Amino acid sequence: MAEENTASTTEKPKVALLNDPKFRSYIFQGLLLAVIVWFFWGLASNAAHNLAKAGIAQGFGFLDKSAGFGINFSPFIDYVETSSYGTVFWVGLQNTLLIAVIGIILATILGFTVGVARLSSNWVVAKVATVYVEALRNVPLLLQILIWYKGVGALLPSVKNTVDMGAFGQLNTKAWFAPKVVLADGAGLVFGAFVAACVITYFINRWATRRQMLTGQTFPVFLTAIALMVLLPLITYFLKGQPMSLEYATLGRFGPKGGARVIPELMAMLVALTTYTAAFIAEIVRAGILAVPAGQSEASAALGLQRGQALRLVVIPQAMRVIIPPLTSQYLNLTKNSSLAVAIAYPDLMAVFGGTALNQTGQAVEILSMTMLTYLAISLVTAMFMNWYNSRMTLVER
Amino acid sequence: MNSKPNIAFVRDHMDAAMPPPSSEVGALGWMRRNLFSSVSNTILTLLVVYVAYLIIPGSLEWSIFNAVWEGTDRLACATTQQGGELPVGWHAACWPYVIAYSKLFIYGRYPDPELWRVNLVLVMFFAGLVPLLMPSVGGKRVNLIFMLGIFPVLALVLLSGGNFEFGQSFWEKYAIFSLAVLVAVFLYMRATENSAMGAVKSTAIGLAIFAAVILFISADFGLVSIETPLWGGFVMTLVIAVTGIVVSLPLGIILALGRRSQMPAVRLFSVIFIEFWRGVPLITVLFMSSVMLPLFLPDGVSFDKLLRALIGVALFSTAYMAEVIRGGMQAIPKGQYEGAMAVGLSYWQSMRMIILPQALKIVIPGIVNTFIGLFKDTTLVSIIGLLDFLGMIVLSHSDPKWATPVQALTSYLFCALVFFIFCFSMGRYSIFMENRLNTGHR
Repeated sequence: MAEENTASTTEKPKVALLNDPKFRSYIFQGLLLAVIVWFFWGLASNAAHNLAKAGIAQGFGFLDKSAGFGINFSPFIDYVETSSYGTVFWVGLQNTLLIAVIGIILATILGFTVGVARLSSNWVVAKVATVYVEALRNVPLLLQILIWYKGVGALLPSVKNTVDMGAFGQLNTKAWFAPKVVLADGAGLVFGAFVAACVITYFINRWATRRQMLTGQTFPVFLTAIALMVLLPLITYFLKGQPMSLEYATLGRFGPKGGARVIPELMAMLVALTTYTAAFIAEIVRAGILAVPAGQSEASAALGLQRGQALRLVVIPQAMRVIIPPLTSQYLNLTKNSSLAVAIAYPDLMAVFGGTALNQTGQAVEILSMTMLTYLAISLVTAMFMNWYNSRMTLVER
Repeated sequence: MNSKPNIAFVRDHMDAAMPPPSSEVGALGWMRRNLFSSVSNTILTLLVVYVAYLIIPGSLEWSIFNAVWEGTDRLACATTQQGGELPVGWHAACWPYVIAYSKLFIYGRYPDPELWRVNLVLVMFFAGLVPLLMPSVGGKRVNLIFMLGIFPVLALVLLSGGNFEFGQSFWEKYAIFSLAVLVAVFLYMRATENSAMGAVKSTAIGLAIFAAVILFISADFGLVSIETPLWGGFVMTLVIAVTGIVVSLPLGIILALGRRSQMPAVRLFSVIFIEFWRGVPLITVLFMSSVMLPLFLPDGVSFDKLLRALIGVALFSTAYMAEVIRGGMQAIPKGQYEGAMAVGLSYWQSMRMIILPQALKIVIPGIVNTFIGLFKDTTLVSIIGLLDFLGMIVLSHSDPKWATPVQALTSYLFCALVFFIFCFSMGRYSIFMENRLNTGHR
């Protein structure tokens, strides 16, 4: 009896082959693949035909050719007009990353400040923060860049009337001549001292945490860290005979010379990107802090934590979990939005490589794929890093 | 006998409550609590008020009190140094320039006698949109069909003039294609032992509707044909944003379903598509569609500049829309999926009748926010040379009739104001919907 039963249940019911979900999914996927292959094959053959007809060169050989146009801003890479298109790519990438990194740091600071200010018990502060967020968020970024560059930039003093800002260098309509840090022999040791301070801090922190776990005694880690990070490099600096100095621009006949030249395009891009992204970050921070239940701060007060301690140890770690994922996408947005530099001719990747180099060589397919893939790679790397950070911060649940 | 003990020192009536101290109520109390509750707060308040004092009167003077409101050309807004009447050092808004250019800013270079067509489209758009946005108004299904199906076709015919040419060969190809699709559907339905005729009928209706649309836009209504280079201004901004959203909704739904599909190839394709477009800046997409796309088209086929930009914007917004919709689908409890399966619904039936109606409803705020982003992003098309609102404004700067040092800032301020009004009200609407949809959970 029992054997008969199992036999009858294991026997497969007869269905039409097309009703078998497995078979059906193979068919659909096969069809999809076929359509995709057909589509891309069609694109490729059309492109080959059109390129041949228009007499446009193909391949990446152009990267070794001399570009023949100037780029007015390249702080870290040596670039001359005879440099290759490959160099143009690297200069563009350098300028894009420069904006992205500085922008992300500034936008985070400003965004967190405004976000906390929106929750302030001070009515004026909260209202001003709200007005800031709403005004900046609801106006297109491109327009804001133009306003900063063409509108506010037009108010900068002319070369003749260069403004001397003392310790901050000189400013005119051509550039901001910021003081430049000049490194001499032994400057590396100063940086080394700073790194060493960071490493020591890390170990002190571990030791202090363990001691607090065991004995309950606390140790002023933060103050020690600050002291280490300031004193250690400072001592090395003087021991090594002051290997770093600031170089100021000097006023020449044709305006200031020397110093670190910061072009107005860079300033406009940075101000616009920072203030715009900060408005979004502020909203994220506000939502994150509001997402922590009030019971958490009440409980920490009941435990006897001070307000600052409660914020630092209880509220903010929990808020960060809510904040980090959307913060990541804001960082990505900032990086991608830096491509709007093309509108005011700041020489970033899109402007010099995707714009000027493309116009000169006409090799749209190669250049645009390189540009897009570079942005894609930057996005993916940032996303991966933030995901890693996020996975460290997330709540470990059952 | 006196039952009351003699306790004269005990009060036998309540005193009237004293008024609260004047420092705790009214404007003074409010200020004490909200502005000067501590030393640091007081310093902060004074600092903010001082900064506001530096900014607000100056900007009001610049944009209103010192601004010029009437005039016919640049001399109205020029200082004596620049050949005008205004005192040296005057720097404020020049509104007559914006007023003189307002028609170009709104309609672009669309010919005057045909402006009624644009106005009709705008009226239809807002007449269709307003009831759609109001949750209390019924007939959402009809409304949606109008906005997503009928309105785009009408708008296309009205704006461009219709009368598109589809040659004989198109109809031949379409007939063969339709026949092939119908046969395939019939065979497939027969093989899966479902009632074949129902599916064949609905497919046939779909194909017929498409043919009717093609017939409609190729018909001659006697409208003058207006080439897209004449379109422009705010209307073009609306055209691009609305096209982006109308195209991205259905495609985004399909991609969102694909990303949650059980089939690896479908899932992989959706993930790559979505992440690729989300990972690159819109400006590279626009460059791609304006420079690279023509290379990929077969001989004899060419898209005009606006259409190419529209394709780029649509691809880009589809990827974002797909993620928004996927978020909504993930928020639907698993029991809904299982319940739909348990009642015996097929995959498409359960998606169409159970999952998507709920998912789309909860992502309305997300869709509105995507639209706000898209609306702001349309300004990027001015970089590839289309004359949208911002493009028209930048173009107007080259007109010597109004060239003054204050021209750029005035026009940018105007542009920012218009965008602010639109985006801010859409943002408010999104918050309103969010609150409305949230009530169930609290």
